[in-house]
Amino acid sequence: MRLINLRPSREGRLILGTMPFLAVACAYLWASAERLAANPDDRLLPSPAQMGSAFLELAFVPELRSGTYLLLADTLESLARLFSGVGLATLAALLLGVAIGFVPRVQAALGPFVRVISVVPPLALLPILFIAFGLGEASKIILIAIGVAPVMIRDVAQRVADIPEELIVKAQTLGASTWTMVLRVVLPIVLPRLFICVRLALGPAWLFLIAAEAIASTEGLGYRLFLVRRYLSMDVILPYVAWITLLAVVTDAGIAALSRRLSPWTRPARGRP
Amino acid sequence: MSRIVVRRLEKRYGDAVVLERVSLAIEPGEFCAVVGASGCGKSTFLRILLSQEQPTSGTVTFDGRPLPPEPMPERGIVFQRYSAFPHLSALHNLLVVAELRDAPRTGRLFGAARRRALDEADAMLARVGLSHARALYPDALSGGMQQRLAIAQALLGRPRLLLLDEPFGALDPGIRAEMHGLLNEIWEEHRMTVVMVTHDIREAFTLGTRLLVFDKVRHDPQFPAAYGATITYDIRLDPNRARRLAPPAEVVRAIRRTLPGGTQVRPRDAHEQGEVA
Repeated sequence: MRLINLRPSREGRLILGTMPFLAVACAYLWASAERLAANPDDRLLPSPAQMGSAFLELAFVPELRSGTYLLLADTLESLARLFSGVGLATLAALLLGVAIGFVPRVQAALGPFVRVISVVPPLALLPILFIAFGLGEASKIILIAIGVAPVMIRDVAQRVADIPEELIVKAQTLGASTWTMVLRVVLPIVLPRLFICVRLALGPAWLFLIAAEAIASTEGLGYRLFLVRRYLSMDVILPYVAWITLLAVVTDAGIAALSRRLSPWTRPARGRP
Repeated sequence: MSRIVVRRLEKRYGDAVVLERVSLAIEPGEFCAVVGASGCGKSTFLRILLSQEQPTSGTVTFDGRPLPPEPMPERGIVFQRYSAFPHLSALHNLLVVAELRDAPRTGRLFGAARRRALDEADAMLARVGLSHARALYPDALSGGMQQRLAIAQALLGRPRLLLLDEPFGALDPGIRAEMHGLLNEIWEEHRMTVVMVTHDIREAFTLGTRLLVFDKVRHDPQFPAAYGATITYDIRLDPNRARRLAPPAEVVRAIRRTLPGGTQVRPRDAHEQGEVA
């Protein structure tokens, strides 16, 4: 049989999917054990036990100076920045994307502007943001928003423009105004796509968040990562990276579930009556 | 009931002429079936009647007034595809008609107004035989059911002119005959003016009270787009379909030449169809 026609079963899929994770884990454990055998004080490839104790200490032992749980404080701080930034970008995508995609005059006025803005490298704007808004929360949130908003705006605008003209003409023959068409036709139809945009934007948003925190911050997951880097604390860095990955996966799944809930019509139809 | 007068209508896209010298008057309550080869401009003609497109020159008046430059509720439409809103269930596809018409701020009705609109929507669903599918989204409906829904939706808007753009073109023959029955009943009930574009000449003979054939009369072999189509045949059919006689053989032959290949039309067929309907 041809390779492309050999389809794994459910179990086969699970086993195949687990293999890369296992391979990386095994390779790490072997290398870590080798290095620790040669030098018990090695810091580059800590054992799972070392990582576990470092992580649990950050999670459950309050810090001596401030009395806060560092992992919790870092996580809350970072997520607040992340969701503020992505939230702002989503709002912009919704308002500007729908306006640009639906209203020809707004498209003529703002379309070229958004296209140009979207090719400016956001990190190049970071110094400007720090100078203009200081080193506080505002510049980090704005960096995330500016980093992801243009792509989201363009995507939503394109999806709005792609709505079949038949539906828009039909709504007009039923007496809809521009405003009621936005409310009852355009928004509900692009909503699922907006959620996909948010999910895709979260990747770059984490990038900008960690970059901003690494440069100027006193709390946050990115700050902690770059702080402990000075002490070669791989026993903290690796669990933190895993923790960030977990947060990203859970956020993504949550948004996907919310989208299915809010747009039930996108669920696959269960057969025709 | 509305009279449509078209005078010397022309439509061109750049150098390409699609329609030229189209003039006709459609009387209130007529059911005009428009046939012609693909690309002969029959759909363009319909889109102009809908104000989805503007004529290059010439005028169209509706009850004596020029057509407004954008689609309006007095002219309803049923398209072949994307005929219902995909994000609304069958019932809500009908409810939204009242909501778009009566709620200019929120696009939604509440309380008694909503209940009234829901009752009306339910009655219309029953009328087109979709009561059992009221909670389904269009994606879960068959092609025929989607078109029933689209017709119901257009009817709820109470248009004075109903435009149909190949509404049954994508349906199986059996379902299509069913839809003909439904559309015919509805037209008998409401007697609104109907303009239907179709590529199926049997359908045109079955449903129409008047048959309009679009075709090019002038040809330039060097530049086929130089001349547009116009109305080459304008045939009034007997309003009583049972007594409807087959059109003269030479007319059917001429129409057949203008239609896409493979359409089998004999005068007898048209007659048989008339009796079935």
